[in-house]
Formats: sequence, structure tokens, C-alpha cells
Amino acid sequence: MKMTAVRTRPPVVGDVTTIIIGAGQAGLAASRCLDQRGIDHLILERGEVANSWRRERWDSLKLLTPNWQTTLPGHAYQGADPDGFMGVGELVDFFDDYARRISAPVVTGTCVESVSATERGYRVSTNRGVWHCRTVIMASGAFNVPVLPRFAEALPTSVQSLTPHDYKNPDQIEQGGVMVVGASATGLQLASEIQASGRPVTLCVGEHVRLPRRYRGRDILHWMHCMGLLDEGYGEVEDIKRARRLPSAQLVGTGEHRDLDLNGLTAKGVQLVGRLAGVHKQQLQFSGSLNNVCKMGDLKMNRLLRSVDEWIDERGLGAEFLPAEELLNTALDDKQKLSLDLAKGEIKTVVWACGFRPDYSWLQVPVLDRKQRLVHDGGVTAAPGLYALGLPFMRRRKSSFIFGAGDDARDICDHLASYVAESVSMTSIAVA
Amino acid sequence: MNMYTKIANNGVNVEALVGAREALTEAPAGAQFKWRATCDWVNGTHCNSTIEGFYGLGEEQKHKKCFTFDADHPEIFAAEDNGITPVEYVLVGLASCLTAGVASVAQYRNIQLRSVRAMIEGDMDIQGILGIDSDVRNGYEGIRVNFEIDADASQEEIEAVVAQSQKRSAVFDIITNPTQVEVAVK
Repeated sequence: MKMTAVRTRPPVVGDVTTIIIGAGQAGLAASRCLDQRGIDHLILERGEVANSWRRERWDSLKLLTPNWQTTLPGHAYQGADPDGFMGVGELVDFFDDYARRISAPVVTGTCVESVSATERGYRVSTNRGVWHCRTVIMASGAFNVPVLPRFAEALPTSVQSLTPHDYKNPDQIEQGGVMVVGASATGLQLASEIQASGRPVTLCVGEHVRLPRRYRGRDILHWMHCMGLLDEGYGEVEDIKRARRLPSAQLVGTGEHRDLDLNGLTAKGVQLVGRLAGVHKQQLQFSGSLNNVCKMGDLKMNRLLRSVDEWIDERGLGAEFLPAEELLNTALDDKQKLSLDLAKGEIKTVVWACGFRPDYSWLQVPVLDRKQRLVHDGGVTAAPGLYALGLPFMRRRKSSFIFGAGDDARDICDHLASYVAESVSMTSIAVA
Repeated sequence: MNMYTKIANNGVNVEALVGAREALTEAPAGAQFKWRATCDWVNGTHCNSTIEGFYGLGEEQKHKKCFTFDADHPEIFAAEDNGITPVEYVLVGLASCLTAGVASVAQYRNIQLRSVRAMIEGDMDIQGILGIDSDVRNGYEGIRVNFEIDADASQEEIEAVVAQSQKRSAVFDIITNPTQVEVAVK
């Protein structure tokens, strides 16, 4: 018997072949793939389906990917605006529909407290009892814990400190100046809406990925999709560690398909400063490397746009799209601010948009490195039967995107299925 | 991508650097280095610095020979000009670091260099060091580096090499980011 997507009573705690931790895109996609392979499993979810999307995102957030790209295995966007961008509410409905459609065996309100190895697989301990399983898929997300720089603690207590998990909208922050630390999609989106709310923003800019929303009349993700960049495998790039660390591209999903870039923010009055390099008493210190990080962002964006042009030219399709375009380089002041005195009171709030990391505090299997990062080969860990899903560039560039969950889930479930089959035959040999 | 059939030779042993990177990823203790200099006062603003030993890869290391450096100030500072000024040593450090970085990155990217020249200039208002105006900092207000590079590569590729060199440069980091300095007297 199938379990329904949303349970009201705890299921019977006991044995199952596979436990999936987390009912987001990765966990749901894995569930569907395991189902197709006839592998019994449960999804343990600390909250509800799509929990981080429901609770750990700000109000105005829309997906960075267009609706036509919002797909899960066997499930696609059916609405009237394929080029639009879903808000969080619509996305949660999308996931709920999917969970219901595939009858995902989600056990909600069940928080995994520890996973440890046993002779026959894994012991998964939760607030609602203990499960034993042969295999575990960790699909609990890559954005569990906001990363703060070491010196964040040194920030004077007179300044309010927020992470993107705390931030919902500008109304929750005091009137006055706001410093946003980080130039990813998150940093720029928050800087943009906070500035628009009348609170002057200073934005600390380190290395970043600049992309226009549209190029030659199509969404940039359309081109990256056509060129095969999103399907690029983790063994195909030169420096996978770096590729996995890259901040999210400076994009925003809006009805107007507008760009989100540093020039646009400057025009609205946001002040750009270098990466926040230190806090010394009341002094914030900024790196003098702003010119270089912006230059690198421009160079890399231009390289991508030129490769789009080449892709079009090679196919003789030039006439079908808008002409090639040179975007303006990032313009910076000749004199940049290198420090800021908090004692002067111009900054009331700091928003840390310095990235996120997965939380593995519950994982008692030795598969983490000395910096507590998961060591894995395309999602396959060194511990037999323990897998990850949904991490940045896990198996492909698209791995942490919603539409990237399907292919990765298929690969991981194939691996898992042959491992289960093998270990079953091993057991029967041992029994014989 | 480049369609190089030749292998560039800028005299940088990239294999050794890549090997070191892999080895030190496994053994981060070996990556802990200490750089040292000893400076003796001679007379007036003339000082003489000696550099020979450093620490790295888990043990004491030595340069092939002992290097010495004179520092002084020009005659317009009422000094004897026995050497370049300390602030010029900073420029030497930054320009050397970035230029070496250009060679290494170009080698890694298989770009043959024919010539590289960095011209570096720093702006300083000496009202700071003379204590005339407390709003003026002692150090450089800004530093500009201009590269002239002749290489088998497009302008964009050369710019990308220069950008990457800054990203990986120790002296660029030292100058652009704060460093805690402790000075003690025995």
C-alpha cells in the first residue's frame, strides 16, 4: 500500500530499504526514481514538503530559472507563462502536486537527529523513533546554514545582524543604512529591494558571477541549455572544487525580465565597496580588490556571451535572433571607500549574504573532510549505500537547480539499485 | 578555446606547482610558511636588511645565498640615498608578485609570453608621514599597475591572465586587505 503524501500519524518505525532525508526537489525526484526501480523507501521530512522553500526564503523571491525549466521527473509546468518566474507560493504548490501525484511516502514533521552505520546499513534516529535501512539518500539541501565570515562575531552589538534565512522583507529592518555583504543573486536582490525601500545600501562585492537576464532576445538559461552547459558533467570541468564553490549568478526572475547587475544598483544609489575584509572595533575594512573582481566578472560574462554568438553563427542562425551586443563593463568610482566607521551610525543593519552550507551535524558516518564538507564522487560517498543529492554541481552544472534533480536522481538511484541487488545476492550467498 | 599545437614555455614548472598543490591539500601542515627578514640600522635613514632563511614544508629552509637590501631616502629628504625607500620596496614586491603570477598563469593556460613589463606607480601625500594633516594617511592613497604584455593570445585572454594573477597574488592581498601587525621590543 502506498502512503499518502501528507501523513497525519507517524508510520510504523522499522526497516526499509532506503531512507531519503528531505522532501524538496531532490528527495521527491529520488522517491519517484526508486519507485520505478521497485525499491521500498520513505522520505523523512523535518517539516512539510518543500520546507526550506516555505520557511527559509524571503517574501519577494522568485525562481532564477524560467517556468519552462521548472520540471521534475514526469512533471512539468503547465501554466500560461512558460517564460515567467515562479514565486515561492506557486513553487510550493508545484511540489505539493508532485508529491501527491507520485504518492511520495513522505513522513512529515520528522527531524533526523543522527545517521550512523550498522552491520546491515544505517540507523536513522529521529524525534519520532528509529529506522533501520540498507541505504540513505541525503537530500536535505545545500543551503541549510548561512555562512558568516569569521569576523562577523566582532560586529558591535549596536548593529542588527541578519542572515537571508532571517530576512523576509525590508519592513523588518530599522530605518537607516544597511550593509549587504555578498554579491550573489541573494546579495544583489536584497540590496536592490532594501535600497528601494528608502534604506541606503552599501554592498560589499567579492568574486561574483555576472550574467544578463536575456541575451539576443532569449533568456540566458535558454542559451546555457542549448549549448549543453547546464548538462556539463562534474568530470568535464577543469576545477570542480572551484565550480562547486561559485556563488549564484546575479539574476532575478521578474515579469520585465530585467537585469540584476552592479551598474543597475549603482544607478539606484547603492554604494559599492570591496569584499568585507575585517572588522576592527568600530571600523569595517574593505578589500582594495573591487576593480579586479568586477573585471573578472565582466571578462567571464563576455566570454560566455561570445560563445553564445559563436554557437549561433556556427549554425547560421544569426538572422533569427537579435544582433550580438556588447554590455557595458562594470563602472566603479575612481575613489573607493576602504573603511567605514560604525560609530558614525550610518549603518544600522548588516545582512550577511555570503553563501550557505549544508548541515551535516547529524551525520555520524566518517565521510566529511576536516572542514566538515561531504567527500563524495558525484554524490556517491565512500560509505557503501550512503548517497547525496541536490548539492551544487554534484554531477552536473544543473545539479542544484530544480530541473537538475531528475537526472542526478536517476544516476544515484541506478547506483543504489545495483548496490542493493549486490548486497542482497551477497547475503543469500552468505546464507547458503 | 585556444587551438595551440605548441606547448608554451615561460620557464615556469607548472607540473611542480600543481603537484605541490595536490600534496599540500593532503598535508596542510606543510603549507604553513614563515618568511623572515632582519634589518640593521646603518646611519641616518640608511638600513641594511638581510634575508636568508625561511620556514616551510615542515622545516627550516634556506635561499641559495644570503640576499641583502639597502634602504634609504633620496637627497631631497636630506638623506644620502644609499638605497631605495621602503615604500618603493612595496612597489617592487607588488610588481614582482603580479609579474611572476602572469608568467605562471600564462604557462598554466599554455600562453607563450614574449615580453612582460609592469609599470607601477603609487600616489602618496607626504603630509601624512610628516604629521602635517591627520586626515591624510601615511600609506599609498592608491596604486596603479600598467602591464605591457606581448604574448600569443587575444587581448581578452591576456586581461584574464592578469586578473587571475591578481586573484592569486600574495602581495596584492597584503596590500588590499588588512593584516594584523605586532611590534615588540626585547
